Amino acid sequence: MAKRFVSVWFRFLKTDWVTNRNPALRDVPFVLSKPDHGRMIVTAANEPAQMQGIDAGMVVADARALLPGITVLDDKPGLEEKLLRRIAGWAIRFAPVTSVDLPDGIILDATGCTHLWKGDKAYLTDICKRILSKGYKVRLAIADTAGAARAVARFGNSGFVVKPGGHMQALLPLPPESLRLEPETAERLHKLGLHAIGQFIHMPLHTLRRRFGADCIGRLNQALGVEEELLQPVVPAAAYEEHLPCPEPIITAVGIEIALKDLLYRLCTRLQKEQKGLRTLCFKGYRADGKAEQLQIQTNRPSHHAAHLFKLFEPRLPATEPGPGIELFTLTATGVEEHIASQEQLWSSKAGLEDIRLAELIDRVAGRIGMSRISRYCPDEHYWPERSFKKAVSLHEPVVTTWRKENLRPVQVLTPPEHITVTAPVPDYPPMSFKYKAVLHTIVRADGPERIEQEWWLQEGLHRDYYRVEDTEGRRYWIFRLGHYDEARNWQWFLHGFFA
Amino acid sequence: MDGTKTDIINRLQRDILALQGFTSLRTRYPVRSGELSVMEAFPNKVFPLGAVHEFVTETMEDASATAGFISGLISTVLPTTGVIAWVGSCGLIFPPALKQFGIEPDRVIFFEPLKKREIQWTVEEALRCAAFSAVVAEWSDMSFTESRRLQLAVEKTNVTGFVIRRNPKQLSATACVARWKITSLHSGALDDLPGTGFPRWNVELLKVRNGKPGNRIMEWAGDHLQEPLPEGALVRELRRKTG
Repeated sequence: MAKRFVSVWFRFLKTDWVTNRNPALRDVPFVLSKPDHGRMIVTAANEPAQMQGIDAGMVVADARALLPGITVLDDKPGLEEKLLRRIAGWAIRFAPVTSVDLPDGIILDATGCTHLWKGDKAYLTDICKRILSKGYKVRLAIADTAGAARAVARFGNSGFVVKPGGHMQALLPLPPESLRLEPETAERLHKLGLHAIGQFIHMPLHTLRRRFGADCIGRLNQALGVEEELLQPVVPAAAYEEHLPCPEPIITAVGIEIALKDLLYRLCTRLQKEQKGLRTLCFKGYRADGKAEQLQIQTNRPSHHAAHLFKLFEPRLPATEPGPGIELFTLTATGVEEHIASQEQLWSSKAGLEDIRLAELIDRVAGRIGMSRISRYCPDEHYWPERSFKKAVSLHEPVVTTWRKENLRPVQVLTPPEHITVTAPVPDYPPMSFKYKAVLHTIVRADGPERIEQEWWLQEGLHRDYYRVEDTEGRRYWIFRLGHYDEARNWQWFLHGFFA
Repeated sequence: MDGTKTDIINRLQRDILALQGFTSLRTRYPVRSGELSVMEAFPNKVFPLGAVHEFVTETMEDASATAGFISGLISTVLPTTGVIAWVGSCGLIFPPALKQFGIEPDRVIFFEPLKKREIQWTVEEALRCAAFSAVVAEWSDMSFTESRRLQLAVEKTNVTGFVIRRNPKQLSATACVARWKITSLHSGALDDLPGTGFPRWNVELLKVRNGKPGNRIMEWAGDHLQEPLPEGALVRELRRKTG
């Protein structure tokens, strides 16, 4: 496919930006300046100032001599790059690859995009109109190479839509500066009477190289498309991404839903073909005022089930604020994995944890209450009760050891165990009664003690002697004594759990 | 003449049950509960699966007894391969203990929604997911409308729901199939042997839709639910076995 590039030239980038922020300066000639070698240099001049013959590179004192009442403002370093980067990011609605062309332009890789606007001319008109509505005056051109588009945009007089294959013809009448040559090289060309590209384009290459350097040849080849010019995209293109530009800004919730469904359908169809499933997904809406709305979801297992993914977004859609309207929707799969094909289950009741419906339910619930509030536990090889189980990292983490059941454990536990006062005969008889929350429980039956030692390699501390006790009402408790009966009398009793 | 009359009455009763939404109560799994007399309280003498049961508890101790009884009940009437959802303040449940009641704790998924509306939504979503065999929910203030929604959810999926209501503010009517109350009893003792025995409960069926409410004593005998043998019977049996 033939490549097509659009070059956008901002004729008064910085001064337009200043005018946008301060409309009072619209018809007043003003310049931006910065200090250089002990004097102030003009870095940008607005249109009225340029009409008076003031241009960038002039000393401010000279400008004042030409136009005594001129307004001089301070320039911000790095402003043009910041502006161009923002504009290039915004321009992603016109083409998937946009790049900054310092100091005063952007370049769009419009390959395969223009037919959506029904032709190159309408495409350029739309871009021009939209940028103009933001207060920037631009000139733009479309051609087969970035170099040619750039040259035509800046130096062409007409014919900004260069037909496929016509870029060489379009370059012929343009001056040598249009090729982004070094200023000295361009000057030398002019001195030799070569005022148009057409005058030297057919000269033997070795002559050109000897007289004007290899750089001249490189630029010429780039403009002609012999040499590939690499663009640095502002937004790196994702492998799994879908775009949906809207002819009219979308402001309704129904509109956003339709856009999401359409994008999901397209993305999932593609993933299905490639046997892939996504784990994280980002839905972005670019608003007309330059801001972006973003929603992100993640799944427990790779999925390309459009209806399920839509359900994950659904509860969060009302939170999106379309503001003045959303012009472009993108859907990017940031995490993609091989899809595990699920076999048709003959006995679906036996699917258990492998059941796909389970994973989908958990995704949905996690979207609402958060994944940290959903847990599954696996046994761990520790006797210490708090460490005898651990949180499983996934739904499919296998159980590597068995659940112990030889020592009875209470159904409910208190974390941390609560302090109780106990009457117990020494040395190792079970307690006779204990007091918990001001209620006295008289113990009629008891089992124990079951001694559980601290694991010294994990944590230092005293051991616990556990008793299973039953009071007069038939209620069963799990209580323990921390530490030995010793001279210092620093043992303590705790209630740890309730048996069924 | 009398024979035909009772036949007709029985048939009509079955028809009424079917009209009331009890059609889905077929035993889909081999239920090992046939010998339990508590099942006689239910229509057709079958434990209603694919329905929502409600358990009322007042104290922490009773809540433990209820959780234990529900776990035992699930492992008795439902297949052991099923996945269970446990919704509510799970910070208290000690997962390894469920193993003693015949449930694999790693097949239980705990959900801890914080807000009241989140609890309602999570319980309903879980009941709508046929991948679960049972859903246990700790939800104290369930209204009639909410219980009705749960009933409608389970009628589609046949998931069995157990709602534990801790200290409910008011006990109004609900659409649940049965209202239970479990309280601890002294554990069964082997003759004069010291120590605690099998956990034993007083199982009260306060309300049963189309059934007979009643009151029974049950215990968890290591691996199955049973009605406790009369005092001394165990000892006699042991003597008979050992000679």
